[in-house]
Amino acid sequence: MSSPSGSGAPSAAQTKTERLLNLVLVLLYARRPLAKAQIRQLVPQYGANASLEAFERMFERDKDELRELGIPLVTEDIDALWEDEPGYRIHQRDYALPDIAFESDELAVLGLASRTWAQASLAGPAAQALRKLRAAGVERDVDALIGIEPRLRTAEPAFDAVKDAVLRRVRIAFGYRRPEATEVVERHVQPWSLASWHGRWYLNAYDEDRGAPRVFRLSRIAGSVRTVGRPGAFEVPADHEPEVMTRTAAGPPTAQSPAVVRVRQGAGHALRRRARTVGEVDDTWSLVDLDYGDLDAFAEELAGYGADVVAEQPRELVDAVVERLRGAVAAHGGGEA
Amino acid sequence: MPPAPHETATARLARLLTMVPWLVNRQGIDLVQAAADLGVSTEQLEADLRLLFLCGYGQMPDELIEADWEGGRVFVGNADSIARPLRLGVDEAVTLIVGLRALREVPGLDERDAVDRALAKLESAAGDAAAPAHRVRAEVAGGGSPELLARARRAIADRRRVYLRYVVPARDEATERDVDPMRVVGIDGQWYLEGWCHRAEDTRLFRMDRVEELTVLDVDGTPPPEATERDLADGTFRPAPDDVTVTLRLLPGATWVADYYAVDTVRDVPADEGGGLVVTLRTADTAWLRRLLWRLGGRGVVLEPADIAAEVREGAERALAAYAAVPGA
Repeated sequence: MSSPSGSGAPSAAQTKTERLLNLVLVLLYARRPLAKAQIRQLVPQYGANASLEAFERMFERDKDELRELGIPLVTEDIDALWEDEPGYRIHQRDYALPDIAFESDELAVLGLASRTWAQASLAGPAAQALRKLRAAGVERDVDALIGIEPRLRTAEPAFDAVKDAVLRRVRIAFGYRRPEATEVVERHVQPWSLASWHGRWYLNAYDEDRGAPRVFRLSRIAGSVRTVGRPGAFEVPADHEPEVMTRTAAGPPTAQSPAVVRVRQGAGHALRRRARTVGEVDDTWSLVDLDYGDLDAFAEELAGYGADVVAEQPRELVDAVVERLRGAVAAHGGGEA
Repeated sequence: MPPAPHETATARLARLLTMVPWLVNRQGIDLVQAAADLGVSTEQLEADLRLLFLCGYGQMPDELIEADWEGGRVFVGNADSIARPLRLGVDEAVTLIVGLRALREVPGLDERDAVDRALAKLESAAGDAAAPAHRVRAEVAGGGSPELLARARRAIADRRRVYLRYVVPARDEATERDVDPMRVVGIDGQWYLEGWCHRAEDTRLFRMDRVEELTVLDVDGTPPPEATERDLADGTFRPAPDDVTVTLRLLPGATWVADYYAVDTVRDVPADEGGGLVVTLRTADTAWLRRLLWRLGGRGVVLEPADIAAEVREGAERALAAYAAVPGA
């Protein structure tokens, strides 16, 4: 390619866009497959002066890039009888989005679905998709649903790479930091699915090192994600349910046990809301009956109320709360020190 | 949003192939309006039109695309072969399908029927590109009662003021306030009502699962002009100028705090020094921070400032004093 110079000369990227667009137009317009030599004549940006070798290299790259964009560029025999040189074309029926008419309320929810990604790394494709669906519509692109804005975020740096691997079924390797471990361990997985739950993204995968399915939190992936091998390299089990696997791993259900806590008047609002019964002890205290799932989590919650809440029963709950409070005192310079 | 200055040739091609059908169906559209709807600057749109003008299925004048925007109105012609949009790519199909499925689960949404119809049409139109969509599942937000959410949406649609009873667990407070509701936002797994709070005289985000009571009042609820929606691109956390910077040491067992709260800096502590993290965060209100440190039971330590560390210790000591009266503690 000659390097453009002087004011107003097109940049290399501009020339390339022109070349690719011309190539698409020529191949879509063709009624029969075109030979490379014809394409070279019809697309001026291939440059009559470039060597045949340079043209062929450029054309091969262009074909690949168009296919990457999802443009169905096919190779067909020009004439099966006597020519073995392949021809190229793009069939309109495979290229164009099928003609679908959306009702205005359907377009409104599609708009909402698209804007759900507005603050995520997929904002571009989401907006582009909506524009394609709205292309045929003549009405002004109004956003009909009032007052509700669902938003998905993809703040995790690993999101895009993991998403691509899930969609294309490519094996990946990455460094992973387990919840309470400092060191990062290399993991090799077959990525089955992505699920967001309680505002976080999780990868459901078959862990090749452990030989078992595992759930990974995307925010704990350290550094870059490397692909291993080709797309479509593994099958996702037919009965795999992304949200079920994530929820089971991220928050196992626990049995409920009864507890009694003493709560200062005007405090412990979240506990009172969950209470089975609240009895007034005196002007200072209420006695609250409620159920808890995980002992440690509940003890933490109660310790968080400081002097406004006193655990009464069961005994192991009292001990767990006291242990936490003593730990907080000791860590902040109190106790025996 | 203008495309990045380093837009690649293929990205631009994809954009042009979407732009052409859109313009072909809107002949004579105002240039500025078209640029806004297409999400590009007017200069970019003009540059795109100049480029289209040079392209065609051959190089004879009648084979080239016609593009005309003189007088500020855009006309695009002789582009029959690309007058329909290119099929949806995988990312494009997946974003819309996953978004629609997430919408289906929004509590109290009246438009569920429209969602189902749109989903069926979209899946058939997208063909193979839709296939991997079932491997991405998104939950916009859980929690919050469907009834309260629906009531909040109605108040917004009818421009009514609402009365809220709202619990702030971090400060263990139940508050009452009148709010002019602006929008209901689902973000980071939670539903929020954003509105002008007459008590704070400012816009506030209220987490719907902490709303104990929401009554629609028979009062006009148009927010004052100074009420502006918060930019939620970085989540719901908003640092303020009067914030205190706090340095926390998080021992193994407490490092989840760095995931859960908006921390400014994170530093790994080597395993031979006990492991875990040192983080800094900014906050105006230290009540929630004291509660957090009591909960962590020594696995989280305030390194600075010293007065907050002292408050944590004294509060825990007061709490322990109550256990002298509990048998066996």
